Amino acid sequence: MEKTWNNKAWFMVLPVLVLVAFSAVIPLMTVVNYSVQDTFGNNEFFWAGTDWYVDVLTSDRFWDALTRNLVFSAIILAIEIPLGIIIALNMPKKGLGVPVCLVLMALPLLIPWNVVGTIWQVFGRVDIGLLGHTLEAIGINYNYVQNPIDAWVTLIVMDVWHWTSLVVLLCYAGLVSIPDAYYQAAKIDGASRWSVFRYIQLPKMKRVLLIAFLLRFMDSFMIYTEPFVVTGGGPGNSTTFLSIDLVKMAIGQFDLGPAAALSIIYFLIILLLSWIFYTVMTTSDAQS
Amino acid sequence: MARIDLEHIRHAYGAKPKSENDYALKEVHHEWNDGGAYALLGPSGCGKTTLLNIISGLINPSEGRILFDGKDVTHLSTQDRNIAQVFQFPVIYDTMTVYDNLAFPLRNRHVPETEVDRRVKEIIEMTGLGGWAGKKAQGLTADQKQKISLGRGLVRSDVSAILFDEPLTVIDPEMKWVLRSQIKRLHKQFGFTMVYVTHDQTEALTFADKVVVMYDGQIVQIGTPAELFERPRHTFVGYFIGSPGMNVLPAKIDGSTATVGGESIALNFRPEIKSGAKTELGIRPEFVAIGREGMPVTITKVEDIGRHKIVRARFADQPISIILDEDGEIPAEPRIAFDQKAINIYADSWRVGGEA
Ligand SMILES: Nc1ncnc2c1ncn2[C@@H]1O[C@H](COP(=O)(O)OP(=O)(O)O)[C@@H](O)[C@H]1O
Ligand SMILES: [Mg+2]
Repeated sequence: MEKTWNNKAWFMVLPVLVLVAFSAVIPLMTVVNYSVQDTFGNNEFFWAGTDWYVDVLTSDRFWDALTRNLVFSAIILAIEIPLGIIIALNMPKKGLGVPVCLVLMALPLLIPWNVVGTIWQVFGRVDIGLLGHTLEAIGINYNYVQNPIDAWVTLIVMDVWHWTSLVVLLCYAGLVSIPDAYYQAAKIDGASRWSVFRYIQLPKMKRVLLIAFLLRFMDSFMIYTEPFVVTGGGPGNSTTFLSIDLVKMAIGQFDLGPAAALSIIYFLIILLLSWIFYTVMTTSDAQS
Repeated sequence: MARIDLEHIRHAYGAKPKSENDYALKEVHHEWNDGGAYALLGPSGCGKTTLLNIISGLINPSEGRILFDGKDVTHLSTQDRNIAQVFQFPVIYDTMTVYDNLAFPLRNRHVPETEVDRRVKEIIEMTGLGGWAGKKAQGLTADQKQKISLGRGLVRSDVSAILFDEPLTVIDPEMKWVLRSQIKRLHKQFGFTMVYVTHDQTEALTFADKVVVMYDGQIVQIGTPAELFERPRHTFVGYFIGSPGMNVLPAKIDGSTATVGGESIALNFRPEIKSGAKTELGIRPEFVAIGREGMPVTITKVEDIGRHKIVRARFADQPISIILDEDGEIPAEPRIAFDQKAINIYADSWRVGGEA
């Protein structure tokens, strides 16, 4: 098909460009600006070049936090994606069960991050929390304030509780778009339950799964509120993720230079990883 | 390969059918002979797909039993009934190659791979998918996809029956003809019991030795194409088969005379009619002669369609169609006569017999 080129069309996207410029590009550039300068106060700035970047990239503090982020994202993806698929496969397809399940699934998604954090913070406390107290009562030693493993488990359970629904809803949308005829043909062809999943349901969910994967990756990689509310980055530094570290640096210590450099690095990592995932997943799609 | 008996099958999609109208299938009691080629013909919404799905076990009928070779299979699953079915719209496994799509029904049943290869190659040859075997099925055109669907239905050689649900709707006319003759050839070669659903009468009449006509959730007639043409059991069959369909005129019956409008028509038999029934006279356009003798008509339109002309006229205030030879003449004051042997009489839409 012949495409018509009309340069005036660019004016149509201008308002969006302006909006994006103000909401994203300009703040980002401010950060870039901070990241290459140093100051001793009085609003006087010196050119620092790549010093801050070198500082950040050579510090253990950065690599430790980055590792924590990657491990956390890997764990919650490994739990939420399969769990989301399993729940979506078992949701009712018609009848009264559908709206009931959908509302139940949507509930956690409607709760703000800090509230989720607070709920679990209280829920898990050994002295007054239902969960913490019960675990204590049945003899399980659980204390997220002192034990790093417990702190991690708490954060992971919290994230799974909060966000698996998103994966479920996306998968469910993919599943209900499959016409009945496919399941009928599979029966005629003698396909097993596994084959139905592998050759009918999974291919139909592939696109939404890609979206779910990217959303959950980006979001979990930027995790801030929950550890901030529940563990405050501790015990020790065991739950100090990049975002927490960043805020400590920028607001706690007021090291704007390194904090800005870290921001940019953080941003680039997310961008790069998302791009890699996206490319890998879509090219494997195109080959098939 | 099996003989299939449907015993008093009724089906309603809703949970609690109250009236007769809640049934998508009203009552089907019929057997399909082993190795028969049947065409199931009827307007859309009359229950053809429902009937096929009941035979293949995709739907459990609300009432009635299904027997394969005398064995009750009503509660057997689709897999256990060993039936092949081709759906109206293509169903393909996107992520598989064309070859794997065709091999799928065989591999699921653990057919040895050498046999799979032989069968699949045969089907690829038959459907003309030769160059595509190794391609992913995803990017194919709708008619190629439908050929794969069709191929998956034909690939198994041990099935009890093959059911085709309007399989060639999306395929272009020329290929349609080729595929239909391939299906017929397979039928001759392997003797599968085949049921071929269509709403295209030419397709039905050329495919099958027996045509089953359905209307409003019921089977209204089963017969050879000639029987459907000459002795439609129901006025619907008269309308539906033939082009144009049978003329059905309201008539008063008195002994062996039918009166249409003011015209009396002598019958060669004496129909037995229950009092109060709505009576009609059916005559196919092919058996109406136009000339100077007979009953007066007013011609409204003449359509020349090549081999013959279709004359649209009004007779006794009713529209009537007449088929006239290409070189037939219409006189200035036209009159028509009915071929007595070709007249059918209907009471409440069902054909009535009688003494000669
Ligand atoms: N899944 C279904 N649920 C409810 N009603 C249905 C369903 N499938 C078909 N019907 C109804 O049953 C009747 C017969 O449909 P169908 O067997 O598909 O007809 P055909 O194949 O002859 O076009 C129609 O009135 C249709 O609306
Ligand atoms: Mg149908």
